Amino acid sequence: MEKKISLPLTYDKVKQLKIGDSVLITGVIYTARDAAHKRLVELLDEGKSMPIDVKDSIIYYVGPAPAKPGQPIGSAGPTTSYRMDPYTPRLLNSGLRGMIGKGLRSKEVIESMKKNGAVYFAAIGGAAALMSKSIKKAEIVAYEDLGSEAIRRLEVVDLPVIVVIDSEGNNLYEISQN
Amino acid sequence: MREINVFEITKAVRNLCINSNYYLSQDVKDRIKEAFNNESSSMAKDILEKILKNIDIAKNEDMPACQDTGMACVFVEIGQDIHIVGGDLEDAINEGVRQGYIEGYLRKSVVKDPLNRVNTKDNTPGVIYYDMVSGNKLNITVAPKGFGSENMSQIKMLKPADGIEGVKEFIIEVVRDAGPNPCPPIVVGVGIGGTFDKAANMAKRALIRPLSEKNNNKFYRDLEDEILEEINKLGIGPQGFGGKTTALAVNIETYPTHIAGLPVAVNINCHVTRHAHIEL
Ligand code: SF4
Repeated sequence: MEKKISLPLTYDKVKQLKIGDSVLITGVIYTARDAAHKRLVELLDEGKSMPIDVKDSIIYYVGPAPAKPGQPIGSAGPTTSYRMDPYTPRLLNSGLRGMIGKGLRSKEVIESMKKNGAVYFAAIGGAAALMSKSIKKAEIVAYEDLGSEAIRRLEVVDLPVIVVIDSEGNNLYEISQN
Repeated sequence: MREINVFEITKAVRNLCINSNYYLSQDVKDRIKEAFNNESSSMAKDILEKILKNIDIAKNEDMPACQDTGMACVFVEIGQDIHIVGGDLEDAINEGVRQGYIEGYLRKSVVKDPLNRVNTKDNTPGVIYYDMVSGNKLNITVAPKGFGSENMSQIKMLKPADGIEGVKEFIIEVVRDAGPNPCPPIVVGVGIGGTFDKAANMAKRALIRPLSEKNNNKFYRDLEDEILEEINKLGIGPQGFGGKTTALAVNIETYPTHIAGLPVAVNINCHVTRHAHIEL
């Protein structure tokens, strides 16, 4: 019952996704955590362009472990998403279509997702060795000085995630616990 | 007097950092398997199955089970009849952390200053605790601690009148507030009594007790069971998507306290509960 989707993640594709869907993602996505988000939003504040094109793209909240020789990347599971909440609406307004993380999001983020037509996926927190198997290529594209928190361009094949908040604002965390 | 060279300590800490991150202990795996068998929802089962698969991949491919390879918490029990030679003990431990995190391809997640956040690039320093004990052995436990779960931990100075009900309520409230953030199923470490800092320290130490071991006092053993049952009724479930397994275990440690106080600390750990031990 897994749905397969590929990048670019267009508005039409997002509209098909409903909470609870297990999704396998294939294509190019980007990594960013708090420190990189802060810098991206500072660029937007200054009216400058960002080092990555977020339009119809997905940001994966992950700070991977270092790759061993011969591997594209080390273990790479999601980090907790709420730390990105203060920055997220700005990126959604710039066309970001999807996010992968874990845990709750703020009201402001959910409102902005509804307005812009975006989706929030959860990956299994802690299943980081397993997730790394879906990442075929990784390269740093910005903020190398941030180490594990640098922005990476990832080529993923069948990255397993679950739709937690869809573009209508439905929230799997709320529904599944009631 | 028995002598131990710091060189041996560095080597031991290095290996413990790597092994604890690559190879999850059997007690943790057993509890997750049990939880898998006990779940009825397909989503919860699927997640626990992937978590078990992750443990196997990490072990077979010598890679960290979680990318957050944590801050290295190091517990050192020093037998009072040992003489440590060859250098400074704390430097030796931190050198072990440095080597382990670099040579084991573990993530470096430590910043030098909590406000001017510059990464130390080798995951040092560890958080190190020393205990003097009798005998001529040196026991070292390394427990890397991820911060997704650490950030969900809380401490509260309850009033003696709050009693056992107050303690239960607080622990459950902490777990409920944490929700899906600490990567459930979680392990709940609880410290009750002592002082403010002692309670927090006990809560952390409770997390290195194997999940197969209960408190050896019957009263607290029963309390552990009761609170675990209550927590699992919250329905948060694996990763917060509902289910019967919110926690794998509740481990409680206690200490005498002051007539006027009832400190309670709750340290949350995720299903990637790591600890490795060696006796030198
Ligand atoms: S809370 Fe645990 S499982 Fe989750 S990301 Fe942190 S270390 Fe990994």
